[in-house]
Amino acid sequence: MNLTYSAVLPEIAVFGGAVLVLLVDLFRRATTVSEARNSTVLSYLSLAVVAVAAILTFSSREEGQQVLFQTSAIADNLTFAIRLVVLVTTALVLLIGSRYVPSFTPQTGEYYTLLLICAGGMMAMAMAADLMMLFLALETFSLSLILLAGMFRENPHSTEASMKYFLLSAFASAFFVYGGALVYGATGTINFTEMASLLTGPDKFQNLELLYIGVPLLLVGFGFKLSVVPFHMWTPDVYQGAPTTVTAFMSVGTKTAVFGALIRLFILAIPETWNESASFLMMLAVLTMTVGNLTALSQTSLKRMLGYSSIAHAGYLLAGLMPGTAEAVNAALFYLFAYAFMNVGAFIIIIAIEQAAETDIERSQLRGAGKKIPLLAGFMTLFLFSLSGIPPLAGFFGKFLLFRSIIEGGFVWLAVAMVLNSAISAYYYVRVIVTMYFRSDATPLPAAQGTRGLYLGMTAAGLMVLAIGVFPSFWLQLLAI
Amino acid sequence: MFDLLTIITFLPLLGAIVLFVVRSEMFRKVGALVVSLVAFVVSLFLLVDWHPAVPGGFAHEVQFNWFPEIGLSFHLGVDGISLWLVLLTTFIMPVAVAFSNHYVTDRIGQHLILLLLMETALIGVFLALDLLLFFIFFEFTLIPMYFLIGQWGSENREYAALKFVMYTLLGSALMLVAVVSVYAQVGTFNIVEIVQVLPATAGKGFQTLGFLAFVLAFAVKIPLFPFHTWLPDAHVQAPTAGSIVLASLLLKMGTYGIFRLAIPFFPLAAAELLVYVILLALAGIIYGGLVALKQEDVKSLVAYSSVAHMGFIVLGLFVFNTQAVSGAILQMVNHGLSTGALFLMVGFLYERRHTRNFADFGGLWKSIPIYCAFFLIIAMSSAGLPGLNGFIGEFSILIGTYAFNPWYALVASIGVVLAGWYLLTAFRKLAQGEIVHQENQAGVLPDLGSQDLVMLVPLVAMCFLIGLFPNLLLDKIVPAVEMWLPLS
Repeated sequence: MNLTYSAVLPEIAVFGGAVLVLLVDLFRRATTVSEARNSTVLSYLSLAVVAVAAILTFSSREEGQQVLFQTSAIADNLTFAIRLVVLVTTALVLLIGSRYVPSFTPQTGEYYTLLLICAGGMMAMAMAADLMMLFLALETFSLSLILLAGMFRENPHSTEASMKYFLLSAFASAFFVYGGALVYGATGTINFTEMASLLTGPDKFQNLELLYIGVPLLLVGFGFKLSVVPFHMWTPDVYQGAPTTVTAFMSVGTKTAVFGALIRLFILAIPETWNESASFLMMLAVLTMTVGNLTALSQTSLKRMLGYSSIAHAGYLLAGLMPGTAEAVNAALFYLFAYAFMNVGAFIIIIAIEQAAETDIERSQLRGAGKKIPLLAGFMTLFLFSLSGIPPLAGFFGKFLLFRSIIEGGFVWLAVAMVLNSAISAYYYVRVIVTMYFRSDATPLPAAQGTRGLYLGMTAAGLMVLAIGVFPSFWLQLLAI
Repeated sequence: MFDLLTIITFLPLLGAIVLFVVRSEMFRKVGALVVSLVAFVVSLFLLVDWHPAVPGGFAHEVQFNWFPEIGLSFHLGVDGISLWLVLLTTFIMPVAVAFSNHYVTDRIGQHLILLLLMETALIGVFLALDLLLFFIFFEFTLIPMYFLIGQWGSENREYAALKFVMYTLLGSALMLVAVVSVYAQVGTFNIVEIVQVLPATAGKGFQTLGFLAFVLAFAVKIPLFPFHTWLPDAHVQAPTAGSIVLASLLLKMGTYGIFRLAIPFFPLAAAELLVYVILLALAGIIYGGLVALKQEDVKSLVAYSSVAHMGFIVLGLFVFNTQAVSGAILQMVNHGLSTGALFLMVGFLYERRHTRNFADFGGLWKSIPIYCAFFLIIAMSSAGLPGLNGFIGEFSILIGTYAFNPWYALVASIGVVLAGWYLLTAFRKLAQGEIVHQENQAGVLPDLGSQDLVMLVPLVAMCFLIGLFPNLLLDKIVPAVEMWLPLS
């Protein structure tokens, strides 16, 4: 038996780091009392863990594709891309959290530990090459997210978010496991590659009727996690109730990890099922972006608005993956990378403005922000323009790549649906900018709780939004499978 | 990389970045003016160094890869048409900056930065020879314009800004589908190559859909009747510099796009559908003229006159003979100069009296004669009086249209009459009669000062120059038109 540990070193580093953070917290707790200080130390420690994992991620990329653990895991360029996006998101969330975390929980150690475990689980999602491994990774990050969402214990909304996420995750897992069992029943294997070998030849679906039930159930399980309409109901409530750093992390991380697994299973391993379900998925994609955008139009809470916008973005990604080509996959990975910076970026501004006792802000609270906090407002404008896809920012090229793969796949009407949706979405993004710049009234804007880490995270995200737009080629090549 | 075209395009952007970093208001004012003037001087070198390989071809070209994976390259080029639009842009921009320097007090720094960003985007649109690059610049103009309207405009500015953005975005959404479909068909974004390949290879259905998508996006920008409803809102609410940029330059992106992309890409569909476009253009000419007659507000009068004038340009473009198309191109420059100057005049008046209603004026000839004289000259230029610039453009369009179909020319000439009518009415309401309001008395209402004249005189001088020596421009426009359009 040949175990190549070097290929899983990034995950080992992250999980090991989680344990380390837990231990350091334990020992510090015996001596220090200041929660703020503790949070700062632990956030730096976690950042160091992420940095090490990132270095290992890059070095493991050099080794090329590797199949591990009796073919239950695979490390390749897709794994690399997903790991990179997850690590970048984690790093940003860590940077902005050091001062914010103690404001909602006394257990800062738990927060950082869970965050790292969650990141590890997400990274493992893209490695999974059989259904068992996939399920383990899925549960690892879902359970951590459930706990993270409820960490603001004094706030009933946070508890509600946690509970909701728990129930719907359990629901999704049930779908997933049942679908997996049926797929196993049909094919006699849980391994993706072996499934693929069964699905060749002219009569590929013969004797595999159970796949017609199993695959849709698996897709429903994924759909819950990706908040694809009609499985999206939990998203706005959970986004709104959870502490904002968790929302930021979850909105990008979950999407990245689950899309990674979706690509691995349905596009790379068994594309036959993907193409079979194309018309069904196309409908879901259009429904998802349309419902997400139309509902976002009427939101006054910024976090709910971003929640619905995140549903819409899941719709774009799903639509972009419809052709199932390598180009489509590259486009989706590029999009996820760009999305990490612009979406977390937008949440950073919300965190900066949130009062200690809140987990949300209303759009009207941003009135006059353009004058009173010009720097934050400027960055928010940048992120929102990028989210609405104005060139030449990161979001534009992301959308453009998805869009191009859709058209080249021959789905012109899907492309029309996507651009029209994108135009609608500009309305609610731009309205936030209207509020920041063109409205001013007497209500004083809450003082921004800017910390050094927060400004650093914001600047980094902003620069990346520009850098991806100016040098898109470099990033596309870096992330390509 | 350090080609003349790249420098002209990015000089304003560079200036905007420097202005963003330096926080001194004085520096920003001077800096913006200097940058826009330098950009103008540099763009004059295009005229000096004008050696197209073939008559009417591209005199300068620069190209390097930006995003090869999607076929996007940074490809700029200038021919006898884009030349004048770029010069118009660099010529108008210092005027807009100077006006803002003089009259805008609230957050002037941001205002100037936005104007400079706008300049880069506009020059980019006029120079782009890569279809996707064109689209990128085209979309980017939204951001500065949106803030210019929304932040410095009048009472109802938020609504106007949002309306402007949504109209434009919906228009360009479909254009993006067409852009990518064209790429899927031809395999390149290079506009010159697409023009050579696409008309021969694309089927009729493809051409029709593509043409409609492009024309719809441009129709919103032009704005072609009935897609014009955002324009009066945006204009009336925009600050003066915003209006000047909007009317003189931004609207030209639409007609330029029709000339550069929509017609040569899809000639079959254009020939098929031109009747409908012409009918819309004629409807715009008449409608814009009639509505302008009824306006109570000087600025909305000028705004509706723009709808009519832009209708003329579209008419000229779709008549498909060299004379009319060349006239339309010339008229794009003319409209830029005279409408820019008209909005400047309205701005001078508004800054003095903070009202634009005709009812608040009258008899100004007695108190501010210099102002009134200039107003009359510019109004005449806009109405197409011989000897001034508007005449040549309109006349060529009308002659070309007459050769195409006399009835169209007849309807269009009603528009000329209307233009004279509403502009003279405006002049009468402002300048003639007795002074009714105390605020308009001589001595109370200041006439144009030397600073105002510095902005105004170059514009008026250009109106005379083009009116008297139109061949200065037409010598370059006509061969370029013949080169670019497959005309009979």
